[in-house]
Amino acid sequence: MNVWSDEIAQADCEVLVIGGGTAGPMAAYKAKTKNPGARVVLLEKANVKRSGAICMGMDGLNNAVIPGHATPEQYTREITIANDGICDQAPVYKYAQRCFEIIQELDRFGIRFLKDETGDYDVKKVHHNGTYVLPMPNGDTVKKALYRQLRRAQVLISNRYMATRLLTGHDSRIAGAIAVNTRTAQFLVIRAKTVILCLGAAGRLGLPHSGYLFGTYENPANSGDGYAMAYHGGAALANLECFQINPLIKDYNGPACAYVAGPFGAYTANNEGRRFIECDYWSGQMMLEFYNELQSGKGPVFLKLDHLAGETIGEIENILHRVERPSRGRFHERRGTNYRERMVEMHVSEIGFCSGHSASGVFVDEFARTTVPGLYAAGDMANVPHNYMLGAFTNGAVAGEHAIDLAAQVDFAAFDDGDVTLERERVLAPTRREDGIPPNQIEYKTRRFVNDYLQPPKVTRKYRIAQERFGEIREDLEGAMVARDPHELLRALEASSILDCAEMAATASLFRTESRWGLYHYRVDHPERDDLNWRCHTILYKVDGVMACEKRAIAPYVVPVDDREQAAYRRQRIPQPA
Amino acid sequence: MPLAHSPTTVPVLVDEAKCIADKGCTVCVDICPLDVLRISELTGKAYMKYDECWYCMPCETDCPTGAVTVNIPYLLR
Repeated sequence: MNVWSDEIAQADCEVLVIGGGTAGPMAAYKAKTKNPGARVVLLEKANVKRSGAICMGMDGLNNAVIPGHATPEQYTREITIANDGICDQAPVYKYAQRCFEIIQELDRFGIRFLKDETGDYDVKKVHHNGTYVLPMPNGDTVKKALYRQLRRAQVLISNRYMATRLLTGHDSRIAGAIAVNTRTAQFLVIRAKTVILCLGAAGRLGLPHSGYLFGTYENPANSGDGYAMAYHGGAALANLECFQINPLIKDYNGPACAYVAGPFGAYTANNEGRRFIECDYWSGQMMLEFYNELQSGKGPVFLKLDHLAGETIGEIENILHRVERPSRGRFHERRGTNYRERMVEMHVSEIGFCSGHSASGVFVDEFARTTVPGLYAAGDMANVPHNYMLGAFTNGAVAGEHAIDLAAQVDFAAFDDGDVTLERERVLAPTRREDGIPPNQIEYKTRRFVNDYLQPPKVTRKYRIAQERFGEIREDLEGAMVARDPHELLRALEASSILDCAEMAATASLFRTESRWGLYHYRVDHPERDDLNWRCHTILYKVDGVMACEKRAIAPYVVPVDDREQAAYRRQRIPQPA
Repeated sequence: MPLAHSPTTVPVLVDEAKCIADKGCTVCVDICPLDVLRISELTGKAYMKYDECWYCMPCETDCPTGAVTVNIPYLLR
């Protein structure tokens, strides 16, 4: 039976949004409602109803800047410090100014936020300095609410299409994208005046300790396709060496989650049940102390709730076992872990790229523009540090509004038809082989080497070996990978994105010869932070088919940060009695 | 290099007595973020074809008849 379709479908649109998780739906919605006559297409590898990091909703906003509780200036300062000063503040400041308006809009969509008895937003403190965490009592309904709005606005939704490469015009502007259907392998060429990349984190980069390829912190559909496409499309990527590493429930590999339980009185503890970090907010410095505690013999590290009142724990369970990762309740139940009696064992996650939590992403300005004209990026894959879900919504909105205006002023960029032919050959190569290496083995081997050689602490010699191994896997991937049906082809394309990301992680890390962001970029051969030479961005891009890096100056701060404040995130460890 | 068939125990279970895929329902197959569910040509019921699960639970939550159960994958339990 021939499972392969030879057909090539074509479509045109003003704005093409790739990725229907969090930022994507908001970008498409904003573009379409700003110009209802325009064609706005939302392309999604899974199904927009249940795709992305928030497929089961979210328990709250981690970075809400709400008048009366926090100011945009204070938030911008906090994120600048949390990210060790490596931050173009303009996009962060823009986010901080606009996010309250987005909260109110989400409220109108039917998503409720916790309010106190006076009707004011009940914001909690989790960060070092400011107060930004706002619980969402019906957070499980987020995707449904978004989907309703997309249907109402008549955004054109194409599910089960995986974008594989961007099309660039003769004039270097964006020209569209090429996609393949994950059920039929049908090819789709979309000409677009503007493209917004919203493909999420590179969450399938390191291998979870369990060895289960899909047991990741991020939704494993977020396999770094956006990073790979941006790279091959000629866009600059920033600070990829600032890995995402998270403190997670061991084995389950999901959040425990201290942001929810912390405000109720839970905290991170060592095997003596004692606190060892000042603050549970996820930062590289916090992860380094977490790692040090594990190495010191005082591990495992736990999330401690067993000192809380029964009703309080009931309230926490009602959130944690219903939203975001509801199966964690099932995980604990099977092991007999009752929060009332036992602490929850935690561990250091595998590495990934994600600007939602750290700062590794496609370089963007305050209008979500990448370095390719007409190409935008928003959400976890765009380099706006510590951006979380509300950042994805807000910067998705910024991107959608800007892209639809630009699309009204430009025509389609002309591109070379040969690019489509070449891409078709590349994509379908694994389907033309009778036998060979299946994608799951290519992926497993790549990700195991990511763990063996790239997981911090970073050692230069190990990184060089990793580059050799990745080169060998690339030969296998390009010359011997086999896919027997469209589903395996989907996995084969993802394996290719994963290998691209692994090589980018190695190259960017080797370029920055200092240590920064705590554990995220702890280089054993360059253990000190070097502000004189490295208080700058690392930019990675493709030049003449080869990966290159360069320094880029940080834009002058919009919000001044004094030296004393800069040190706040470096004082993480609680002094222990001798 | 012929390919082997290595068995794995799958985390998503479908109660065939409750599943109405044979009456045209495709909800779980439509929404799975990892696209690992299919309808069996043999039984007409939904089943987990690929062991590539994020144990995220939309299939169980959205099933109109409560036929789907998501377990934690064995390697993680």
